[in-house]
Amino acid sequence: MNGARVEFRGLRRRFGSTVALDGLDLTVEPGELIALLGPSGCGKTTALRCLAGFEQPDEGEVLVDGADITRVPANRRDAGMVFQSYSLFPNLNARDNVGFGMRVRKVPAAKRHARAQELLELVGLPSVGDRYPHQLSGGQQQRVALARALALEPRVLLLDEPLSALDAKVRVTLREEIRRLQLSLGITTIFVTHDQEEALSMADRVAVLRDGRLEQVADPATLYDRPATPFVAEFVGAMNHLPGLVSGDRVTVLGQTLPVEGQAPDTAQADVLVRPEAVLVTPDAEGDGIVMVSSFRGSTARLRVRLGDGTEVLADVPGHDSARFAPGTAVRVGLVERPVLVSARSETGAAAAVPEPDVV
Amino acid sequence: MASLTPQVSTQLAPATAPGRGGRPRRPRVWRGVVLVLAAVYFLVPLIASFVFTVKAPDQGFSLDAYGQIFSAEGFGGSLLLSLGLGVATIVLVLLLTLPAAVAVRLGAPGLRPVLEVVCTLPLVVPPITFVAGISTVLRWGPDYLASTPLYQTIIAVQNPDFPVVLVLAYVVLALPFAYRSLDAGLGAIDVRTLSEAARNLGASWPHVLLRVIIPNMRSAMASASFLTLALVLGEFTIARLLSFQTFPNWIYRISGSQAQVSVAVSVFSLLITWLLLLALSSAGARQRSGS
Repeated sequence: MNGARVEFRGLRRRFGSTVALDGLDLTVEPGELIALLGPSGCGKTTALRCLAGFEQPDEGEVLVDGADITRVPANRRDAGMVFQSYSLFPNLNARDNVGFGMRVRKVPAAKRHARAQELLELVGLPSVGDRYPHQLSGGQQQRVALARALALEPRVLLLDEPLSALDAKVRVTLREEIRRLQLSLGITTIFVTHDQEEALSMADRVAVLRDGRLEQVADPATLYDRPATPFVAEFVGAMNHLPGLVSGDRVTVLGQTLPVEGQAPDTAQADVLVRPEAVLVTPDAEGDGIVMVSSFRGSTARLRVRLGDGTEVLADVPGHDSARFAPGTAVRVGLVERPVLVSARSETGAAAAVPEPDVV
Repeated sequence: MASLTPQVSTQLAPATAPGRGGRPRRPRVWRGVVLVLAAVYFLVPLIASFVFTVKAPDQGFSLDAYGQIFSAEGFGGSLLLSLGLGVATIVLVLLLTLPAAVAVRLGAPGLRPVLEVVCTLPLVVPPITFVAGISTVLRWGPDYLASTPLYQTIIAVQNPDFPVVLVLAYVVLALPFAYRSLDAGLGAIDVRTLSEAARNLGASWPHVLLRVIIPNMRSAMASASFLTLALVLGEFTIARLLSFQTFPNWIYRISGSQAQVSVAVSVFSLLITWLLLLALSSAGARQRSGS
């Protein structure tokens, strides 16, 4: 394994009155790709910058393989970084950009060029060595930046939303390649993103941050299926909040009685959290639901259904069925028979469906 | 891996100039009018000066006046002095403003307005006020201080062979122009990300400045040097009142005795200045197209 173990211990960082990090504790295993996910301002980039050395935590420490590097200057840390904005040196061509770190370390030119060419081949750009950054597309620039970050064989790779400036198609191919490279090199990688799809599809584990604290860290499937907190449930994927009645370890919701997943709340009145894909909708002239909005997404269509009591439910149906669920259609709504998450009734009213985040 | 990747070759094409053909013709006529007016404004005095210098009362045409320039006493010395002062001023003003501008951008963005105001101040202070202050300071110095280093320094900076005091004064005068050019240059590159990328690759701060920031600032530095040189080659008030024999001062002196030669010198100095500025700006342009 080439990767190092990275530990954040009790990191705190304030900028004026805003708290960017509020006691972050997180351990990243050697060779793991971990995604730091959260809304903007949750401290994910600050955590990464503390690890890169561009930011000093007010409290707490950063450890790499057990060694405290909190006070080590940025240029003496063993971490390669790819930035969100294009960061190639405009005055150097791609090969010299990749070789920059080796040049700083006084590696002879011939060796440097050979190694740079090798890395450019690794990122799939064998023939752009002589081109300058302004002659490369955004995706190519980020690939070269990745090669540059890997050139010194760092033991930690830091990715600060490297794909956010790219268009959708390039983003998807590039993230697959980053993952493949990361797996083959076995390098510990920390990937900051606000895009849940990116986080879920690439990472071994996803750490969800909120207000500078760790909400949950788990593998993508667990995070999606068993969110530890309501915040995680809402941030990752879309979620319905349906009013339910708890009795013992079962809950009655939409006329169905389902087992409760995990801890049941003390109160009888509770919110039942259900993913849109776990909502079953069938056209039924007798049903008490009416399709209000249908948005087609190709493989699926997301329906907003209003029930007789005013509750709104989001439901996903296969895309090819969307014609049967035109707005105005009367439908019957049911839930998939499986344990559901229950949280204490939120003040904001259970009736409101969660505002839709990005498409998943 | 390459096969996986759609080779996206959409280059970040520079915004192309709006199509010329599509434009109505009228604006081009006006452009011509403006050009002609500007040309008349600038060229008429130049041509008049030139005609005056080559017109001899009896022969009709003669380049004698230009020949006399080179033999005139003090010409070479004063020109070299002005060029030397220009180079020293450029070096000093760049050494002062570039690290300051970079440091403010990276470390204390809040101080930027302050730096901007400080660097613009020389524009609002009239040179005559400035030089009055300088000469008062230079004249001060009671005799009992004669043997102290302070006094010696005051004497040394007034050395007529290379008056350092003029360099100091010119640095102040050039600050607004140099700072504006450098600030615009820094605005054009993402200094923070570039320096962080370099730091991440193991570069020390001096290395970042020399290898990353300066190479990407060449055209801005060229234009700062350009403006500073133009300023030094044309500055008269301070040099005159402190009685140093700079080139503009020499022109002034010679114009009193030989009218034709003095105008010839003016035309000639204009030519030299143009050539120097052309050289500087083409150095900047070559860098721009090369990057």
